[in-house]
Amino acid sequence: MLTIERALVDRIVAHARADHPDEACGVIAGPVGSDRPTRFVAMTNAERSPTFYRFDSLEQLKVWREMDDRDEEPVVIYHSHTATEAYPSRTDVSYAAEPNAHYVLVSTRDEHETEFRSFRIVDGEVTEEPVTVIEPGA
Amino acid sequence: MAIEVRIPTILRNLTGGEKAVEGKGATLDELFADLDVRHPGLRDRLVDAKGLRKFVNVYLNDEDVRFLGGLETAVSDGDSVTVLPAVAGG
Repeated sequence: MLTIERALVDRIVAHARADHPDEACGVIAGPVGSDRPTRFVAMTNAERSPTFYRFDSLEQLKVWREMDDRDEEPVVIYHSHTATEAYPSRTDVSYAAEPNAHYVLVSTRDEHETEFRSFRIVDGEVTEEPVTVIEPGA
Repeated sequence: MAIEVRIPTILRNLTGGEKAVEGKGATLDELFADLDVRHPGLRDRLVDAKGLRKFVNVYLNDEDVRFLGGLETAVSDGDSVTVLPAVAGG
């Protein structure tokens, strides 16, 4: 299960909307072993494409080093689909290399409704998981 | 002196859980071959018949080796090599 604050959900959705029709991507770091996303980091989609994303490699090195220095790990890795459902594509599965991460997919195919779903992707196997959103003041 | 190679979580099963290992060689290709002697299978996760695997980012100090010389990139004692899985998809 993914437990995440409303403000972080909103930031993912806002990033996805801002970059539409290209795919948006990023990470939310959290303390190692905590399984709680806390620090939002929007990443550059080096592909700038409506059908593909790839973290810019030098930006990724910088962000991964920062996480290392702060004893954090990528708790959430998110990206958007802009014309299809919020479900991992075959390419998403073949690239997934962070077995501890929650892979969050959002879809901006509908102008008004944003799908927001979370998955584990381990050894090529996709498992959807429930998302618990912590509302402000809760 | 040797070359330090930082290993991502997903490959640490090949390094006995170690976050960083050391090796030697004049090029990245030689370094990976050297590492593979002590960590069998590691090279295969980084390199295929065409060169560096596209799922993998390799950095020499702060540079992506794709923008240097790929597997032929020269390395020397004291350098730091970092391996990260590319984060990508469709």
